[in-house]
Amino acid sequence: MAGILTYSFMQNAFLAAVLVSVACGVVGTYVVIKRIVFISGGISHAAFGGIGMGYFLGVNPIMAAIPFSIVSALIMGITSKKAKISEDTAIGILWSLGMAIGIIFINLTPGYVPDLMSYLFGSILTVPFNDILIMLVLDIAIIIMVLLFNREFMGISFDEEFSQIMGMHTTTIYLILLSLVALSVVVMIKVVGVILVIALLTIPAAIAKQYTYRLGRMMTLAVVLGMILTTCGLYLSYLFNLASGATIVIVLGLGFLFSTLIQKIIE
Amino acid sequence: MCNVVEMENVSVSFDRQSVLQDVNLSIDKDEFLAIIGPNGGGKSTLLKVILGLIKADQGRISVFGKKPGDPSNPIGYLPQYVSFDPDFPINVFDTVLSGRYHGLFKNYSDDDREKVVNALEEVGMLKMRHRQMSRLSGGQKQRVFIARAIVRDPKLLLLDEPMASIDPKMQESFYELLAQFRKRMAIVLVSHDVGAVSTHVESIACLNQKLYYHGSVEESAEGLEKVYECPIGYISHGLPHRILKDH
Repeated sequence: MAGILTYSFMQNAFLAAVLVSVACGVVGTYVVIKRIVFISGGISHAAFGGIGMGYFLGVNPIMAAIPFSIVSALIMGITSKKAKISEDTAIGILWSLGMAIGIIFINLTPGYVPDLMSYLFGSILTVPFNDILIMLVLDIAIIIMVLLFNREFMGISFDEEFSQIMGMHTTTIYLILLSLVALSVVVMIKVVGVILVIALLTIPAAIAKQYTYRLGRMMTLAVVLGMILTTCGLYLSYLFNLASGATIVIVLGLGFLFSTLIQKIIE
Repeated sequence: MCNVVEMENVSVSFDRQSVLQDVNLSIDKDEFLAIIGPNGGGKSTLLKVILGLIKADQGRISVFGKKPGDPSNPIGYLPQYVSFDPDFPINVFDTVLSGRYHGLFKNYSDDDREKVVNALEEVGMLKMRHRQMSRLSGGQKQRVFIARAIVRDPKLLLLDEPMASIDPKMQESFYELLAQFRKRMAIVLVSHDVGAVSTHVESIACLNQKLYYHGSVEESAEGLEKVYECPIGYISHGLPHRILKDH
């Protein structure tokens, strides 16, 4: 196993797996307990619009994805509060609209579009070091936000009405949480691709939830599980020469199945 | 200021349906008031207007002399339903602690934790403070939410259909708890079940979009008739009040 780490692309890949696990363990915990998995799927697919825009403008697509996915997240969050459209509907519309916008931008981009598949399906093996730095900065931002707003995020996840009475601006807090999801999605795009991001956001946290009901422990466990399972998936994809993103997701899925069976046996 | 709540000509409608019509109500700081009336009559809405969760379309409201929804208003609230995920990761202690929320970026203090212990002790749930909320029975959850409602030492306690998730045999101990709280705060209890309102309650308001009566229990029969739109046979004393139809 140690042999493969001599390749710098492998070093980058394992670093990426670790950084991704931090984002998905921390933010994924809120996604699972507040049951915003569907909207998170919507945000991740809408982010592809930003990727396309980035190509078109000639900048790093990841950098363009950041504002685009945050704006998509905010629109999805606000429409249900302000307009008479249900959040479900807004998500469904923006999910595909975002992807379509991305595809059109790519069509309009002159010449060859490199790495397109890597944004859709992930390409952890070709993550450049620059992207690793961006992921590190985003991770730090996510951790700081969670440390600052944990009470508020818990409040709106557990009892939004009571939190509002206690003086929380619950809509603003919800939008901040959705923005964190948007940032996490961008961190994960290069690893598993837009289409499979939702697996990383939900599965490690869902497994952790089976073992603890203390939020701090749940987050830590989700991060650790994420690291173990993504690096396993990465190693297996190297061994069997399979798509890395998909292999990681299959390992995550098997991990969840295994954990659920253990829980049933324990009962 | 003797009145903790003053409402003048308050009206609320949703989607052009009138929910509250021209309600005038004053609640005294020592009052123990039951608001009764049929389902859909606007009782929960009335509480939410006092809490600032719903804005009145017309009329004036002041709560402790300020606008409703001012977070400094010392109000405790027990909602009718708190629905949460069957496996939600929170325990009894932290649920009550959230009742001491001070605002953004402000941590909970040791004083806050002490108040949580006192509140839990008062409702008899201290032993279970580390238990996960979803592992509690309905009655136990209710007691935790009551502790959460009183942990910030409110001067007004609002209870929305508190009897709905309490066993009939637990009701008397619940009223004893309220009698304890009574000494330090005004209490407003909302219920659609007239029969369940006990002798501890001193005044009754009858609400069915309009407020038909607000006064002592003894004289409430006519108001109740208007509210329930059926003749009321008689009201007897006893625990709880019994109200029988004309027969």
